[in-house]
Amino acid sequence: MTVPNTESAAGRPARRGQAPVVVAVSLGGGTGAAARYAASLWWPTQTGGFPWTTFWVNVAGCALIGVLMVVVTEVRDAHRLVRPFLGTGVLGGFTTFSTYAVDLRDLFAAHQARTGLLYLAATPLAALAAVWLATWATRRAAPPGTRGDTDAKGEGSS
Amino acid sequence: MNWLLVVAGGMVGAPLRYLTDRAVQARQDSVFPWGTFTVNVVGCLVLGLLTGAALAGAAGSELRLLLGTGLCGALTTYSTFSYETLRLTETGTRLLAAVNVAASVAAGLGAAYAGVTLADALWA
Repeated sequence: MTVPNTESAAGRPARRGQAPVVVAVSLGGGTGAAARYAASLWWPTQTGGFPWTTFWVNVAGCALIGVLMVVVTEVRDAHRLVRPFLGTGVLGGFTTFSTYAVDLRDLFAAHQARTGLLYLAATPLAALAAVWLATWATRRAAPPGTRGDTDAKGEGSS
Repeated sequence: MNWLLVVAGGMVGAPLRYLTDRAVQARQDSVFPWGTFTVNVVGCLVLGLLTGAALAGAAGSELRLLLGTGLCGALTTYSTFSYETLRLTETGTRLLAAVNVAASVAAGLGAAYAGVTLADALWA
């Protein structure tokens, strides 16, 4: 496993304090993956059919990260492990790009080109619409008095 | 047992994504999200390999839950991909946002095909 070159990571304190973040991401990742697995058991997808479960998992995860990022970067000061746990961990572990790509390959391999093309286009479109709408709605709903921070546009993306 | 495999895979995949992202981002200073792009493409390749191995009868359901649903599922992400694309549009680099979507989908799909093909050559 590669250890990041922490010295050159802009403005970040090297190594110190990195372990709790990695643990938070790990715990969140396990939780998110379990939730995705639960969804796949509750709503199994038919072979050759439109992968609705993965589609909605990804769209829901994108909406939730839109809410989360506005809250932790623009609305209030969150504990430093909130974003690694919920964002990088839970939502990152819940949503998946690999299943999307391999399901696409499977659809094309099964000669379901129409379903495949629909799925290919619909996922990124719905995912981007979800994160955009959720960001917009959360900014609107953010409590008055905290909105001033919005202008500062938290540049804290990792 | 199935749940444990998925959770264990997820607990490794997510921090692997975090650490890879940091390592990649520390080595480049463009606004393009190369870190997420990298983990997504690598995850597609590995899941393709695993799917090909399963088709060839070389990977059982437990390995697929651990490495596929758990590890690859958590190593790759759609939420960060979407969020970073939105950030690119918000910071005025819409062309890069479009490039990120097109390149990620194309490279991810290509990697999935490459993985299955490689597995076919190895195990079929």
